[in-house]
Amino acid sequence: MAGVQVANVSRSFGAHKALDNVSIDFPDGGFYALLGPSGSGKTTLLRQIAGFDFPDSGRIAIGGESVERVPVEKRRIGMVFQNYALFPNMSVADNVAFGLSVRGEPKAAIATEVQRALDLVQLGKLGGRKPHQLSGGQRQRVALARAIVTKPRVLLLDEPLGALDKALRVDMQIELKRIQREIGITTIFVTHDQEEALTMSDRIGILRDGRLVQEGPPEEIYDRPQSEFAATFLGDANIFRGDATGSGIKLSDGTTIAASTGASVPAGAKASCAVRPERIRISTGAATAGAGNANVLAGWVSKRIFAGNNSTYFVERDGQTLKVIVQNTGAERLAEGQPVVLSWSPDSTVLIAA
Amino acid sequence: MAHQLAIGSRRGLRPALPLLLPAYLWLTVAIFLPLSAMAFFSFMTDLPLAGKEWSFTLGNYAAFFSQSVYSTLLIASLRLGLEVTLWCVVIGYPAAYVLAKVLKGRSREAIFLLVILPFWSNGLVRIFSWAMVLREGGILDTALNAVLPFKINIDLMYSYPAVIIGLVHSYVPYMVLTCYLTLQAIDDSLIEAGRSLGASRRQVLWRVIIPLSMPGLIAGAALIFVPVVGSFMEPRILGGRTGTFYGTVIEDQFVAVFNWPLGAALSFILLAVVLIILALAAPVLRRAA
Ligand SMILES: Nc1ncnc2c1ncn2[C@@H]1O[C@H](COP(=O)(O)OP(=O)(O)OP(=O)(O)O)[C@@H](O)[C@H]1O
Ligand SMILES: [Mg+2]
Repeated sequence: MAGVQVANVSRSFGAHKALDNVSIDFPDGGFYALLGPSGSGKTTLLRQIAGFDFPDSGRIAIGGESVERVPVEKRRIGMVFQNYALFPNMSVADNVAFGLSVRGEPKAAIATEVQRALDLVQLGKLGGRKPHQLSGGQRQRVALARAIVTKPRVLLLDEPLGALDKALRVDMQIELKRIQREIGITTIFVTHDQEEALTMSDRIGILRDGRLVQEGPPEEIYDRPQSEFAATFLGDANIFRGDATGSGIKLSDGTTIAASTGASVPAGAKASCAVRPERIRISTGAATAGAGNANVLAGWVSKRIFAGNNSTYFVERDGQTLKVIVQNTGAERLAEGQPVVLSWSPDSTVLIAA
Repeated sequence: MAHQLAIGSRRGLRPALPLLLPAYLWLTVAIFLPLSAMAFFSFMTDLPLAGKEWSFTLGNYAAFFSQSVYSTLLIASLRLGLEVTLWCVVIGYPAAYVLAKVLKGRSREAIFLLVILPFWSNGLVRIFSWAMVLREGGILDTALNAVLPFKINIDLMYSYPAVIIGLVHSYVPYMVLTCYLTLQAIDDSLIEAGRSLGASRRQVLWRVIIPLSMPGLIAGAALIFVPVVGSFMEPRILGGRTGTFYGTVIEDQFVAVFNWPLGAALSFILLAVVLIILALAAPVLRRAA
């Protein structure tokens, strides 16, 4: 088992910088999610670590040793491809056995290892099938068993759940996480599903246009995004832009918004504030600014979207639409067009340098 | 249950009939009619031309078994077919691999054209070009002597190797094409998956790529082996006196000796032998594929 260090890695395709000076430390035994919009360089980064492609500059180390001159087959990685890439001419068991048999391990040992791996992914009885006789979720589990049976140092997963429907996806997330914990393998997981990244990983790295925007534990990125992009890409956020006052920002209409987390921005500089929709309280009465409620704005409800356990209100105010998420507790629902008052705490407000 | 199945399959076939009809008409006219005429001839004592006397006989078939020269030549031709097919695999498969997996864009198109070009040139022109290259004092001889410091004599003309060279050149595009098609269908991620599991390039080739391209290899081999066993043009022009094969003997019966019935009988024996070989090979090949 080993951690992976990526240091100042750049990779260009022609004039296009797919990776631009990316440095990430993937901790030993951790579950790391690489998150980013399409074309942000997630797959490219994974391919550098796997050794299918080579950086123009920068260093990659696995388990503390540089892998610059180590070919793919010697890196001892396990990879699960987005399309699973199962060998169509081999049975499930032969697919899983492939990595052991190219090493020349004895047949009997291979058979027990393969059975163990198939049991681990709960496919113990399907060893004799061909890949085309399996469902999507089963194929994904075969790909996973094949990748872990060789006891790799690092497990690389490129959007392995992308092709699955929502329910199966959640099942597979839980199962993947269970297996990862069981064998304690360093895992790098590419996804563009933010919910998946939040629920599964110990750490998240957000990529955008080949650059690392922010990285850290999920709670930290969610609670203290360092850029508007990070705030809006991972979860939903209301963004206010204005001039920094030292303890928050002042909007163009003179309203001040107090923020007690995030960056420290010198007074007078451009800055923005981010507030998560579920942190805002919405009421019809006149709310007074209190200790835990320092930020107060008035507006009116333009739209309400009911989503079962919660409702999203869109509130118009001074040319800006704000989102507020309210748990459905059975209390009175607000009608569209109704004037409302929004209030939230400075603790829930993150100051972001422009 | 069986009844339902029958209805199901009939329902599946009926809409397809108008689509199949042109193909079957063409097969009837182009293959079945001439072939039945030939089958008819093969049982006759002489051609029914110019009022000649003729009757039915099995003598033409008996000739194959009574005179050992025919079976000796047939074995030589089968060996020729095998050798040419093997050389086509050795040359064509790597070429197809490079085309499908290494080259991209423009250079792929250019090389592809070069591979297909012999296909589009006239067979006779192709063979006579080889004659100019291979004969003593020909292009190969002159070129080698111009480069090498010592004098050597290259005269491949009228030899078994010349026949092999000519035939391989004529038939290798089939192998390249069939293998290219199957190789191109192999997803690159399968190759990468193999490598990530610890297999070297060579192991990936033997365990993933070759098994997956087996259908192309088999199709190419069948397309090459069958016509080469019956070939006569290349053996005659490039082989000279050494170029007597089963195919040239059949050709002689039709164009020189005018013994069509014997030629037809020999053709059908060849067809039977080739079909038996393919039938025997089928289970083995199917397992490999
Ligand atoms: N072999 C290549 N040749 C040229 N450009 C490439 C190549 N591979 C990737 N790119 C470019 O690099 C950028 C990053 O691609 P990459 O595949 O890493 O994106 P991604 O983050 O995995 O996106 P997605 O979520 O859509 O899979 C893209 O703009 C892509 O077009
Ligand atoms: Mg990708």
